[in-house]
Amino acid sequence: MSAYKDQDPRLHGIKTKIRVVPDFPKSGIMFQDITTLLLDPKAFKDTIDLFVERYKGKNISVVAGIEARGFIFGPPIALAIGAKFVPLRKPKKLPGKVISQEYILEYGRDCLEMHVGAVEPGERALVVDDLIATGGTLCAAMDLLERVGAEVVECACVIELPELKGRERLNGKPLYVLVEYIEI
Amino acid sequence: MTPDINKLNQNKTPTLCSISSLLLFPNTSVSEGNTKANHLFLFFSFSQHLAMFAEENGLRGDPRLQAISQAIRVVPHFPKQGIMFQDITTLLLDHKAFKDTVDIFVDRYRDMHISVVAGIEARGFMFGPAIALGIGAKFVPLRKPRKLPGEVISEKYALEYGTDCLELHVGAVQPGERAIVIDDLVATGGTLSAGVKLLERVGAEVVECACVIGVPEVKGQCRLIGKPLYVLVEPRQADKCC
Repeated sequence: MSAYKDQDPRLHGIKTKIRVVPDFPKSGIMFQDITTLLLDPKAFKDTIDLFVERYKGKNISVVAGIEARGFIFGPPIALAIGAKFVPLRKPKKLPGKVISQEYILEYGRDCLEMHVGAVEPGERALVVDDLIATGGTLCAAMDLLERVGAEVVECACVIELPELKGRERLNGKPLYVLVEYIEI
Repeated sequence: MTPDINKLNQNKTPTLCSISSLLLFPNTSVSEGNTKANHLFLFFSFSQHLAMFAEENGLRGDPRLQAISQAIRVVPHFPKQGIMFQDITTLLLDHKAFKDTVDIFVDRYRDMHISVVAGIEARGFMFGPAIALGIGAKFVPLRKPRKLPGEVISEKYALEYGTDCLELHVGAVQPGERAIVIDDLVATGGTLSAGVKLLERVGAEVVECACVIGVPEVKGQCRLIGKPLYVLVEPRQADKCC
């Protein structure tokens, strides 16, 4: 589901604040830079509010954020809806006992980790990141949560790149995004 | 200007203070001027190199601080032998304690006309944005090299072995903006110091640095950062269980 299609008036302000940086990190990629959104307090607040309005009162006790830009959006959402925040991190960053989930990159592999004991079986969880592209990272995040017995209610991202078909990769798990970026 | 004052400290401040004290208090003898200069020096250095722990600065006995401290997990020997790692992820699992942490910083900075909250990657990202939203400021991430996509400025800082680097987007912060720098923990102050320098290089005024946890030694090491430092709790040594 894309909020943009619903035409909430706040969405235009959010979309125009996202800066597109061509050829980063490499040639051909139009990088979606959310740091410019963070420079506009109203647009940043609107971004958080849109997620909070959707998830408040839905009995969600876990907001899991993917390193590192998921750490920017996840905690304010968690605080507003009364949930805990769980960071999903690159290897060897979390100090305690962890479980790991590998995932495929365009070239090679990467890995996400979550602390053992951070999430209890039966908890209802969101996964938050700034953007969904191919969906590989979000899938790894969902796997981690489901492995400890949590129920992933939805994945939530500010931006979707629909041409990369990440939504299909989520295997039927709901995805909610605020804006889409389509290369003309 | 006078050897007695220069013995107090090695930096240049005593000289300025000596001169200004004699200007402020004419008709004093040189020795009386020296004493007043000592007091002025202590005032200037105290305010500039001040490390303030919340318990001793307005929040004595505040029960939220105890809960925040207890919510932080101590992981021995991470990332290497001898280090008692202060793990704030357990604080983030405690909604009330996490909210209280953010609220304490928001209450402190709300009326200080701060327009920039700069957070240091990555654990500064967990606290900074909520504080920024709470006070109506922008959030500016200070990142490891090659993460920020646009034009950046870089500042190197020393590690125990080698150096690392922080980057700030050009144009994110305007000259004259009032800023705070946020991280989860301050030890040597090297990373915070790099963050301060980045902001000052673009003409911002760094009002204060703020961390959830600060080692007690920061009280003597603030000179490195050169800015006031506000800290909620000290590190704990170990968890009693297991």
